[in-house]
Amino acid sequence: MTSIGTGYDLSASTYSPDGRIFQVEYANKAVENSGTAIGLRAKDGIVLAVEKLVHSKLLVPGANRRIQTVDRHIGLATAGLLADGRHLSNRARDEASSYRENYHSPPPLKTIADRLGLYVQAYTLYSSVRPFGISTILGAVDKDGPSLYVVEPSGVFFGYNGAAVGKGRQLAKTELEKLKLSELSTREAAIEAARIIYLVHEDVKEKEFELEMSWIGEETNGVHLPVPKELMEEAEAKAKAALENFD
Amino acid sequence: MDHFPTNWGRPRNDAYDAYGTYPIAQRPLNSPNDAFTVGIQHTQQPIVTGTSVLAIKYKDGIMMAADNLASYGSLARFKDVQRLHPVGNHTVIGAGGDMSDFQHIQTVLDELMIEEFSAQDGHNLGPAEIHEYLAQVMYARRSKMNPLWNALLVGGLKDGKRFLAFVDLLGTTYSASTLATGYGSHIAQPLLRTAVEGKEDTLTEEDALKIIEQSMKVLYYRDARSINKYQVATITASGTSISESRHLETAWSFAEGIRGYGAQTQ
Amino acid sequence: MDHVDWQRLKTGEVNLGTSIMAVQFNDGVVIGADSRTTTGSYIANRVTDKLTHIHDRVYCCRSGSAADTQAVADVVHYTLQMYSQTAGQPPSVHTAASVFQKLCYENKDALSAGIIVAGWDKEVGPSVYNIPLGGGLFRQPWAIGGSGSTYVYGYCDATYKEGWGRDETVNFVKNTLALAMSRDGSSGGVIRMCVITEDGVERLFVPGNELPKFWEGHEVLRAPVGMKKVAGETGIVPMAVEA
Repeated sequence: MTSIGTGYDLSASTYSPDGRIFQVEYANKAVENSGTAIGLRAKDGIVLAVEKLVHSKLLVPGANRRIQTVDRHIGLATAGLLADGRHLSNRARDEASSYRENYHSPPPLKTIADRLGLYVQAYTLYSSVRPFGISTILGAVDKDGPSLYVVEPSGVFFGYNGAAVGKGRQLAKTELEKLKLSELSTREAAIEAARIIYLVHEDVKEKEFELEMSWIGEETNGVHLPVPKELMEEAEAKAKAALENFD
Repeated sequence: MDHFPTNWGRPRNDAYDAYGTYPIAQRPLNSPNDAFTVGIQHTQQPIVTGTSVLAIKYKDGIMMAADNLASYGSLARFKDVQRLHPVGNHTVIGAGGDMSDFQHIQTVLDELMIEEFSAQDGHNLGPAEIHEYLAQVMYARRSKMNPLWNALLVGGLKDGKRFLAFVDLLGTTYSASTLATGYGSHIAQPLLRTAVEGKEDTLTEEDALKIIEQSMKVLYYRDARSINKYQVATITASGTSISESRHLETAWSFAEGIRGYGAQTQ
Repeated sequence: MDHVDWQRLKTGEVNLGTSIMAVQFNDGVVIGADSRTTTGSYIANRVTDKLTHIHDRVYCCRSGSAADTQAVADVVHYTLQMYSQTAGQPPSVHTAASVFQKLCYENKDALSAGIIVAGWDKEVGPSVYNIPLGGGLFRQPWAIGGSGSTYVYGYCDATYKEGWGRDETVNFVKNTLALAMSRDGSSGGVIRMCVITEDGVERLFVPGNELPKFWEGHEVLRAPVGMKKVAGETGIVPMAVEA
């Protein structure tokens, strides 16, 4: 950490001499410490999956969700600081709602990603705020079909066919690259997503985790919904079986 | 219903058509200017209007109907307007009165439903909650002297419970097993009560449809702001459904022999 | 708002917010009317006969206040009975129209009456006279009147041709009235028509469920795609609250 002690990392409004904003880079560290989140853009829909690390056995199962619903057709998964994720999803809902109010039609995901990008970037400009400690995966099925975006702490965002953020992102990305995403049905993609989350969790085996998964596709009538119980069970069973073969 | 309080308790001016094209919808004036005239004139008036909505309870849930006409004064301006609107999976609302205000209400409710859906907290708004919400909105607007100029029926079925209630531009609410707005409350409501009251748990969908059809026909015969094209909504355990447009069969042949207005025979 | 609103009907008055029409052709005239009578927007009578017999070959179509136009028609009917007895021959259409005009003009402050007078006489053959609200008298090859007529002036201007025969004229009247009735809430019901020729008066009737049909819009205007989607059940239950 060459930045430490130099004084250039104390504020988001100060560049280092070589043109970096260390506060943004630290925000990325917050993301890297978090459980993995992935997004898959399948043939006819989107799957979001999160490796939710459970830090206490006293927690109610299902608590502290990391996948949120932004609009009927838009889902959002975060890796990083949980509370930042909740704040950003609230902002996303407001943006989606304002789009609807102005244009009387469902917001395209690109527009929401764009507006969230601007919002996140604004937190890299001032000494009085800290940047968001989250990477956000946005998924939707809009008028142009399924789409997937990732917004980084710096405010940049890109579109993806498969996205992974958080601790296990490298392994998850190599697994995603092996898939023929454009040929998978959303249901098949959900099974693959569960498998990848279980796989990347192998590195932190000692920690408890819950798989959290949602989808948008023909089967949900274009609506962002949690993956139903039967599919969840099937996916988890197959994921565990795949792990055993992997060893 | 006369919505101008200054007219209440005075002789009704039936001949005055509040929806007449010329001069367009002025306030009926039964007496010299009163203290409220100035205030009331600042309040809006309905322009593009829909007429009656009918609804009844029956064995499987609620049935609601409204015709497809939006009038502009006495001009039959839009003949393909849907005045029944689903809200979520358990509720349908039907509107008479100003159509722009009804569209605004649809937008507000759509926004509300998305907000509730996004919370993903296991709660779903049912007809009772939607009706209460609407009543608060309608009352708040009338208190700002800027009412949403509608009479609405809210019908639905959730958790096995049927719900049917009314709310209007003043925020007035009531509930019954048969309801009607506008001319329907004068003409159809007595027919609906006779046909439905006491039989809410035995009437089949077929029976209910017959009752609604008959009432829509009488309204078409007697309401000069109606057309013979309408839709029917049902809300049952299997969800909401709104029919395609239906056309009324009407009878006129008996009139062929009628001549003049008295002694005339030619 | 202190001026006298003379167009407004008196309290409780019945209105013939109407579609009426008369057209001249080679051998006679065709007159027609809808059958709706309203008080406000209530349909007081859905099968009214607005084609009023004035004399053997003279009829009128009435619009405005039912009470006023009936009273005027009754007076004209009486006057022309007296006239034909003293003159020993039936009155001309022009004579009948002139009596109407005099009554309407001299009582314009008290009346709300728009009347079309039409018929056949041996002096000029078929003729149509229009007596609108102020009490003027205008001879026209075709005339339309009542609240519904405002919606069909363009149609009539675009469609009417001189030299038509009986059947073409009947069709013109039927189509015009159907169009007016479909747009005007104060018109509706059935179409009643009379063909008045030298030989006599023939009554025609089109029931309300057999009116000519024109463009009626789409079946239903649907909400834009995407706005109709309804959120499904979530299946997620809230965290259990311990007792």
